[in-house]
Parts: sequence; structure tokens; C-alpha cells
Amino acid sequence: MELLLAVASAVLYAAGIYLMLRRRLVQLIIGLGLLSNGTNLLIFTAGGLTRARPPVVPEGASVLEPPYADPVPQALVLTAIVIGFGLLAFSLVLAHRVHGIAGSDDVDDVGRDR
Amino acid sequence: MVGFLILSPFVIAFGAAWLVSRYPHRAGALAAWPAVLAASFGSELLRVGSEGARRVELPWAPSLGLTLSFNLDGLALLFATLITGIGALIVLYASRYLEGHAQAGRFYAWLFAFMGAMLGVVLSDNILTLFVFWELTGFTSFLLIGFEHERAAARSAAMQALIVTGAGGLALLAAGVLLIDVAGTVSLSAMVAERAAIVASPYYPAVAALILLAAFTKSAQVPFHFWLPNAMEAPTPVSAYLHSATMVKAGIYLIARMTPVVGATPLWTTAVTLAGAATMIVGAYRAVQETDLKRILAYSTLSALGVLTMLLGVGTREAIIAALVYLVAHACYKGALFLVAGIIDHEVGGRDISALAGLRRSMPITALAASAAALSMAGVPLTLGFVGKDGAYEALLHGSAGVPWLLVLIVLASIFLGLAGLLAGVLPFYGRVTPAHEAHDPGWPLWTAPLVLASGGLVAGVAPSLLSGPLSAAASATAGLPVDVSLSIWHGFTPALLLSAFTLAAVAFGYLVRHAVRTRSWRPPYGTEDVYEGALSVLNSVSRTIAPALHSASLRTYVMVIVATTVLIGGAVLMTAPGLGSAVSRTSITVPDVLIVIIIITGAVTATLARSTMSAVLSLGAVGYGVAMIFLSFGAPDLAMTQFSVETLTVLIYVLVFRHFPSLGQLSPWLVRARDGLIAAAVGLFIGGLLLFVATTETAPRLREYFAEFGPTLGHGRNIVNVILVDFRGFDTLAEITVLATAAIGVRALLQLASTDRPGHEPIGPATSPVFRTAARLLMPLLLLFAVFLLLRGHNEPGGGFVGGLVAAAAFALYAIAFGVQRARQALLVNPLTLLGTGLLIALASGLPAVLRGQPYLAALWPSGPVAIGTPALFDAGVFLVVAGVVLMMIFSLAEEA
Repeated sequence: MELLLAVASAVLYAAGIYLMLRRRLVQLIIGLGLLSNGTNLLIFTAGGLTRARPPVVPEGASVLEPPYADPVPQALVLTAIVIGFGLLAFSLVLAHRVHGIAGSDDVDDVGRDR
Repeated sequence: MVGFLILSPFVIAFGAAWLVSRYPHRAGALAAWPAVLAASFGSELLRVGSEGARRVELPWAPSLGLTLSFNLDGLALLFATLITGIGALIVLYASRYLEGHAQAGRFYAWLFAFMGAMLGVVLSDNILTLFVFWELTGFTSFLLIGFEHERAAARSAAMQALIVTGAGGLALLAAGVLLIDVAGTVSLSAMVAERAAIVASPYYPAVAALILLAAFTKSAQVPFHFWLPNAMEAPTPVSAYLHSATMVKAGIYLIARMTPVVGATPLWTTAVTLAGAATMIVGAYRAVQETDLKRILAYSTLSALGVLTMLLGVGTREAIIAALVYLVAHACYKGALFLVAGIIDHEVGGRDISALAGLRRSMPITALAASAAALSMAGVPLTLGFVGKDGAYEALLHGSAGVPWLLVLIVLASIFLGLAGLLAGVLPFYGRVTPAHEAHDPGWPLWTAPLVLASGGLVAGVAPSLLSGPLSAAASATAGLPVDVSLSIWHGFTPALLLSAFTLAAVAFGYLVRHAVRTRSWRPPYGTEDVYEGALSVLNSVSRTIAPALHSASLRTYVMVIVATTVLIGGAVLMTAPGLGSAVSRTSITVPDVLIVIIIITGAVTATLARSTMSAVLSLGAVGYGVAMIFLSFGAPDLAMTQFSVETLTVLIYVLVFRHFPSLGQLSPWLVRARDGLIAAAVGLFIGGLLLFVATTETAPRLREYFAEFGPTLGHGRNIVNVILVDFRGFDTLAEITVLATAAIGVRALLQLASTDRPGHEPIGPATSPVFRTAARLLMPLLLLFAVFLLLRGHNEPGGGFVGGLVAAAAFALYAIAFGVQRARQALLVNPLTLLGTGLLIALASGLPAVLRGQPYLAALWPSGPVAIGTPALFDAGVFLVVAGVVLMMIFSLAEEA
């Protein structure tokens, strides 16, 4: 499974970087979105995969018996998901503004207009 | 208490700007505080000789072992008294000089900040804080020299002073690091005991050179002297304060302070003596060639700084005492003369001495102050200037070999200096009356300061024994061993007295033939200032060439450089990592998982190749859901829920924005696309290899076991992920929701700007399908209830503030799609901004109870009671509100955008 997810992350990264190298604002942001998904998947997988129970202590029990999923990468990824959302929303609106002012969605045109 | 006194000028600096803008005619009252400080430091100085130096320690960053430690020994207190005493007079003077100036408030703020920094320099015992205050004096003096920033000359003089003294500051830092390394202490007083080790260390030449570089740049010694005359662009009170009495003496202070630590070696003595002698002669010669009052005084200041440096270089007990007397005498007469120059400028409207004469009739008080100061500068008996010069002659007469030529030079310099004093302090007031001048004595705040300073020089000149006690304390600190100073006006007929008489006669003669002296001017065709200018322009042209290449303002170039660096360096490391070839998957593969991965990969590929924005957005959404399902398969229900909610809301936002964009035709030729494809493939290979390597390596379970063990006991929660977020790493989460709030406010601000300058697109209208509207009406309260349920159970079961807030936002977003944003806003009852702000405040406040109980901020408290509710629950509620507010603020303003 690690191999499969490594391939999935690799494809997400490659597609994300390819899109970030394009001239269209929309593609740039879609690329950012793919990259952010790829990173979350990367951190999650790197933390160690297990099909065991989530890191939640069962009701009535006082300790978490191994095996259980590692809560540390989960906590990291959880905030990363939400922050990634804020980042995407902000860059979307920024692109939207640039498009509105420059009248073009080509990054190179925007640069020329300065 | 003493610590407060030392740092109090910084406090005044903040108040001064406000006070002066409010009461522009009451600025003189600010002088009271430095006067109090001067009295405190002065009385401490009288006391220190008998009772020893006092130390003050204030905690700064105790966890790093940093303290603000101050050592109030004789040398420090002598400087501190001068800084605050003259500072009080300068503030009083400036209150009239700059009365009604639009930026006067700013001036006082900087002046007091400078005073505080200067006190910090002379009182610090920690060499690191000494450095910090040292840089602060450079920075504040930059602001003060450039106070009249609308003039280009003031700006470039300020920049020059900053660059030259700033470079010296960096040298001081380097010296400090080496010293700490060798001596094993940051304390200057403790370093004195380590002197032998420091001098014997291989770093010693570097340490000495770096310290001297700092001191020479600050005190404008040759070859760094050029910035000081240029700094006369500053307002006159600044010139009087910074460039005669205090800042330029910081370098002298540093040499004196470091003498017992690194001084008195052949290297030190030679360098200091030579630089001092050169500066003394250059300054004295240039002083009598100038016609501008302030420039005459500036060059004579250079010369005096040279005398002080040279005497410290000679370093005998007599030389140190003479240097300290000379220092006090110079501060008094030079401060007075600068202030007089300012009065003349203020009253007559010019500072050129060839156009000034006979002012004593119209401004007698100013003339009195000026003459007294000039006599002290010329070294006439019964002035402090005489005592200082006499002491210097005495010290050089009794010194070791090699000193005779220094004696010749100092006599020569003293003659020129005396002449410069008469030119600046006597010439403008005597001679024929020019009828055009309708000048008169200014108001008392202006003449008080020079008169007090000049009389100080006279009183101390008549009764020099007054200074014996304070100077003994200062000299002992400089020499590193007890020195007893006894000053008197009469030593009998000594060779030094004869030399003094000769000097005076030569000064008088020079004054009579001043026209001849002043016309024989010679200057070298190139000076060190040209070297400075040349180096600066070379640097500028180099950076003009390099910067555009590195800073291309093209995102694609940056991405390529970053990616290539990462892949090349990271890839090289990865290649050599053991076991990559034999990496084995440790988790089995199931059919559903394969399907999910196929969805992710297909989504990524279609998003890349899509020709319409909508299909790209939907493909991205598919990728997001796929990742969420992976989370669900591998024991992360919290992540899965959050990801599902975020993905839904993201698609919504994409659709709201992308409806404005055209479709995605190709812009780049196929060759560029092929290149980018290769780069992307390399990244993919690297990431895949990296992940495979990391994921198949066994990691230490320490963190996971810690959290699993203490989550339920310390964190009172069974959902470990949530406990980490709201308790163990609460501070992190606080920062993260702050970032989110900032992003949302940024989105709103950008959209508000947009709505003012552009008539745009159709706002989104409500949906028309009755089925959808009915479903939305039913679903919305259910979703809200579910959101609250998620929040409440989050600490023990999957859920929590993040996902709860997202679901709550989704409920209102659904309502907005069905019935329009206006109705959704009404249903929300409060503005999303209010929601966001309240949430942030709740999260911030949830950390306070711990502080009240004496625990660190955000430490969890679980009050005992029937229901177990602790401060982390409050914190999570804050997170809930922030997330909901952020999302709704973005969605509402995007949907409403007209």
C-alpha cells in the first residue's frame, strides 16, 4: 500500500508542479490545490500506515492498546487541511483581482502591464 | 529602581512624541527628567569612589541565560552624568530652537531614544547588550542626522554615518563573539580577570582589530573621519549633543572600557596612538581652514577625539587622567560653542564667519558664553581646557621612549585648536559692527544651555579639585587598578607650563595673522571619502547586475529554481540512502484502496489536461475526496471528516470565482510544455522515492506513546488528535486560527477594493428549484445541530472545533445557495466578522485563567464539578467560531460580489 500511495503522491506533486509552471492563473491555483493534497497525503503516509483503530481511547478503557494510528501526523495534517483551505481561498481571490485589474489571466501579460 | 532609571529615556521617548504634538510650547518641561537622571548618576559618581561599583541585573531572556546587567563603575557613571546632564540642557535648548516645528514630536522621541541607547552603551556590563545599545545609538543618530529628510544632503549624510558606524558595529559584534568564546563570559567586568588568557589567545589580534574598528568608526578616527563633518547636516542641537558631547565619544568610551581587557599590548598601543595622532593633526589643520561655524567646530571635534584616542593609546596613568579631564573639558566647551553657533544661525541667519562681526553688542549673554568656551578651548589658565591640555603635555613629557614626536604634534594641534576656538567663539562677536545685523540675545532657553556649559568649564578650571573624586573613580576603572587623581591649578614652573605658555603665544599670534594661515590651505587630491564613495558605487552597480537576475519577479522561474535545487540535492542524498531498493510495503493492498488511488491519479491527470475551468475544479474535487477516503481507510476519521467538508466548500468557492475566468487554451509552445513535463516528472520521482523510503522505515514510537498515555490522563480526552490540537499544541492552533482569520480578512479587503473600482459580474441569485429549497430548509437546522454535536463530542470521539465549524459554515452556505446570501445573512443573525472576532477572543481568553493561577498561558485547567468541562473546551469553541466565521465571510463576500 505504501507503494501505491507513494505513486499517488508522486502524481499529485508532478501534476501540481506542472500546473504551477503554466501561464494561466487558474491553472496555477489548481496546481496549488493538487500540491496541497499531495503534501497532506505525503505527511500522512510518511507517519506510518495502519488499518488499526483510530487514536481514540475506547469508552470505559483508560489506555489505548496498540496497534493504533499515529495521532501526531494526523494533528499536523488536520491543521494543514484547514490552513490550505485559507491559502487557496486567498490566492483565488487574489488571482480574481489580478484578472479584474489586468483584464487577462495570463501571468506574463500581468507582468507586462506594470 | 536603578534599572528603571537607565531605561527610562525609552519610556519618555514614547511619551514625548505625544506630549509635544499636544503641547508644542511646553517641550522644555521634558528637560526635567534628564536633569533628575544627571543628579542621580552624579551623586552615584561621588559615592562610587568610596563604596565601589554597584551592579544591576534585570532579567531579559532568562531561558537563554541573557540578563540586562549594568555595572555602575566610575567610568560608566562619568559618561552617564555627561550624557544626561548635557542631554537636559540640549532638550531645553531644542524646546526653543525647534518650537513650532511640525515634526518636533518625532525629534524628541528620537533624541530620548538616543539618550537611552547611549546610557545603555556606557552602563552595560554584558558585551551583547553593549552591542545592541551601540547599534541603537547608530540607528537613532541616523534618524536625527536625517531629521530634515526633505533635503538630499541630510539624507545622504545620515546614510553615510549609518553605513560607516554600522560597519563598525558589526565589527564589535564579531569581537564580542570571539571574546565570549575566549573568556567564557559575557560580562565585561569578569573579562578583566581573563585578560591574560585573552591576550595569549590566537584570536587576540583579530579581537583587538575588530574592537578598534568599531571604536575608530564611531569616534571618526582617520581614515573613517569623513562622516563627522558631513553629519553637521543635522539640526544644531543634534550636532551639539551627538557630535561633540556624546555619541562620537562612544568610541573613546569603548577604548577606555576595553583597555583593561585587551589593551596595553604593543599592537593596541601602536594602533590607538597612531590613529589618534593622525586624527588630531588632520582635524586641527582642517578646522582653521573652514569658514562655516559648524564645520570649524566639527573638524576641531575630530582633532579633540584624536587627542583623547592618542592619550588612551599612550595609556600611562598620567595619560589616562589627562584624557578624562580633556574629555570633560571638551564636552563643556564644544557643546557650548555648537549651541552658540546655533543661536547665531537662528538670529542672524548665517554661519559664515567671514560675514559675522561685532555681535557682542547686540547679544551680550551669548558673547559671554562663547568667549568663556573659546578661552577654555584655547587652554587659557583658570579654565578646564587648560587643566586638560597641561595634563596632556605633562603625560607626554614624562612618558616612555618614542613620545617626543607626539609632544611636538600635540603642541601643534593645540595651537590650531586654540585658533579654531577663537575663530568660532570670539571672532563673530568682536570687530566692526555690521549694520545689517539686527540680531539680539534669544530667549532664556536658548542661552541657558551654552552659558551653563561654559561656566562649568570655568568653575572646574578655577577649582579643578572638584573633579578629583569623580575622575579618580573613572581613571581606576580605565586603568584596571586604583588611581588617585589630585588636580590643581598650580604645579610650579614645569616644562609643561612653559609649553602651555608657548602654545598660548602661538595661538595669539596665529589669531593676529589668521588671514595668512587660512589662505594657505592644502588638501590631498583624494581622501578616504572618495574610497568610500567608490566602494559604494561599485557595490551598487554589482547589485544592480545581480539582483534582476535573481529577483526576476517570475513565479515560474522561482518554482523551477526551488524545485531543481530540492530534487538535485535531495535526490543525491536519497540515492545514497540504504535500503531504498529493498523497500517493502508493510501494509496490505485491498481492492477499494486500489480504486481510490485510481480516482486520485485520474483526477490529477484530468485536472492537468482539462480545457475548461469547471472540469479542472471538479477533477481537483475528486482528488480531495479520494484523499479523504484514504484517511478514512487508515484510521483517521477526524482527517476524513475535515477533508470532506473542506473539499465541498473549496469547490463552492472555486465555482464562485472561476465563473469569471475564460477557458483554458494552451499558451505555451510544446517545447516549453515538454520541458515543464520533464521537471514535473523529476519532482514526482523524487517525492515518490522519498515517501517510499520514509514510509517503509520504522519510526520511533516515542511521541505517539506519550500522547496516547497522557491524552486521557493529563488532557482529559479520549480523542488523542483533538487533545493534541486544543491542549498539547494549543499555542500552535491559536496561531493557525489567527492565520485563517487574517486570510479571511484579506479576502474581504480584496473584494471590497474590487467592488469600488469595477462594475463587474452578476451576483449569484437564489436557486429556483422548489425541491432543492425545501431540502435546504430541512437540512440546514440538522446540519447546524450536527456541527454543534461534532464540537461537543470532539474531545472524546472523532469531531472537534475545526470540522464542526466547517459543517456549520456549510449549513449556512447551503441556505445561501437556496435562498440568496441576504437571507442567509439574516439567518446567521451576526456578521461573519463578529463571529470570527468573538471566536478569536474566546480562544485567546481561554488561556488566561491559567496565567491567573500562575501557570503558563494556555495551560489547561479542569475545574472539578459535576460536568468535566475544562479551558480546552472553551478553546475548541473559539476554534469552531473562527472557522465558521472565516468560511462564511469568504463565501458571502464572494457570492455577493457585484
